[in-house]
Amino acid sequence: MLRIPCPWCGERDETEFRYRGDAGKSRPAADAGLAAFTAYVYERDNRCGWHLEWWLHVGGCRKLLKVVRHTLSHEIYAVGGPEDHLSLPQGLTR
Amino acid sequence: MNPLPKSHPTAAGARRVSSGRYSGWRLFLEGLTGQRGWSRAWAKAAPRERYRVVIVGGGGHGLATAFYLATEYGITDVAVLEQGPIGLGNVGRNTTIIRSNYFHPDNIRFYEYSLKLWEGLERKLNFNAMVSQRGTLNLFHTEAQRDLFTRRANMMRLLGVDAEPLSREAVKERVPLVDLDNGRYPVLGGFLQRRGGTVRHDAVAWGYARAASEAGADIVEHCEVTGIARDGSRVTGVETTRGPIAADTVCLAVAGHSSRLAAMAGLALPIESHVLQAFVSEGVKPVLDVVLTYGAGHFYVSQSDKGGLVFGGAIDGYNSYGQRGTLPMAEEVAAAAMTLLPGLARLKVLRQWGGVMDMSMDGSPIISATPLEGLIVNGGWCYGGFKAIPAGGLATAHLIARHAPHPLAAHLGLERFAAGRTIDERGAGPFPYAH
Repeated sequence: MLRIPCPWCGERDETEFRYRGDAGKSRPAADAGLAAFTAYVYERDNRCGWHLEWWLHVGGCRKLLKVVRHTLSHEIYAVGGPEDHLSLPQGLTR
Repeated sequence: MNPLPKSHPTAAGARRVSSGRYSGWRLFLEGLTGQRGWSRAWAKAAPRERYRVVIVGGGGHGLATAFYLATEYGITDVAVLEQGPIGLGNVGRNTTIIRSNYFHPDNIRFYEYSLKLWEGLERKLNFNAMVSQRGTLNLFHTEAQRDLFTRRANMMRLLGVDAEPLSREAVKERVPLVDLDNGRYPVLGGFLQRRGGTVRHDAVAWGYARAASEAGADIVEHCEVTGIARDGSRVTGVETTRGPIAADTVCLAVAGHSSRLAAMAGLALPIESHVLQAFVSEGVKPVLDVVLTYGAGHFYVSQSDKGGLVFGGAIDGYNSYGQRGTLPMAEEVAAAAMTLLPGLARLKVLRQWGGVMDMSMDGSPIISATPLEGLIVNGGWCYGGFKAIPAGGLATAHLIARHAPHPLAAHLGLERFAAGRTIDERGAGPFPYAH
């Protein structure tokens, strides 16, 4: 069970949230071409380690959160709003 | 292709090991002589410096690929590299179900071919994999779901695959445990594929390993791949914990960890890794002689030959490489079980475990060449890798040997994503956690 510290509601169970995937992807420019859009829509780093991801607090404030979580240990390192720039810690990846 | 290097005499020695033919008669004879005549099922090969084909991953798909390369395409200069022992990866951690009840015609044809291979597999491998065609029964709970399932069954029947509707009464007769009028999602009926069923998963790994080894492939255990060697856009071999190995073709068959291996070659795949849990209850007398799936949630259950109920549900729902599940999904699976089969409420769960899945962006697998010459990927199996082992192995062997996709797996290429030809069986869009 993850306990996600929502910046607005405090620490809550993962069951209140809905996962929305990799938050490290940003939409390419409209003229960036097919390869760039294919990479944006489909390709993922899928790292075994620290991962920047979207979570929606559907059972709480309904705000979208950015979370830095470790995909092996499930440890949560940082939580912020959608505009925040969260950096991934170094190390602890294998 | 290359002659055996002199510095690796063990590899040459290992090749000569044969476990002989298994039969009832031999079992009888061994019984008379204290079971002393059995030898290793497969040779514990040491890796050579060079192979024509190196398959990374000694799971079901990797071993099956090696077996079909040798027996169908005449390529025996093959090594299967497995980081641990054979049979301890996903091939030994699934819920052992086989079926071909898909909707998309391309998927129906591919999985039906796999089911047909399962039907003749034990004779082909000379190994008892306990293939049990006890049927898979999908229940539906609403009128709309009946329409959806009828459409799927019609697609199957148009392609000559068996599917038959069962009324409420027929469901009850077949599975007396089902609570038809449960308070939440009453059962309106079901669809049965009689040729679906279960297979002893460990035996699949052992059987393919033994048969591939017998056919000439090297099964190299405890050999972890740590890097992929490239010369420009060409893959030339792998770095391993037992030294570098050169190869004309490197095939990744490491579903769950495909992204990590592909990243070693500088490639990003349309895959996320997610955890799927499974559970086994204590053993009881026979209560369920079919693979049963619940239509109002993600829950499926069958009874193993030892008597334990083997069941599971959906993925935990967020990227994970941790081979363990979390409690919210365990609770959801248990709730679905209690809704459908309340008679099981007193059963104790003996074991629970989690496995790492390659969840592809459209929910369908990938058997494909890559932008890198000499690199083949077999992965993205989502929940469904086990049932596809025979066809997946054969199609991958075809791709390696003929440099062109097998006709039944031509739709599974990586290029489908850029081309907009995704095979979205569930219609969930490019969200792996939703498939």
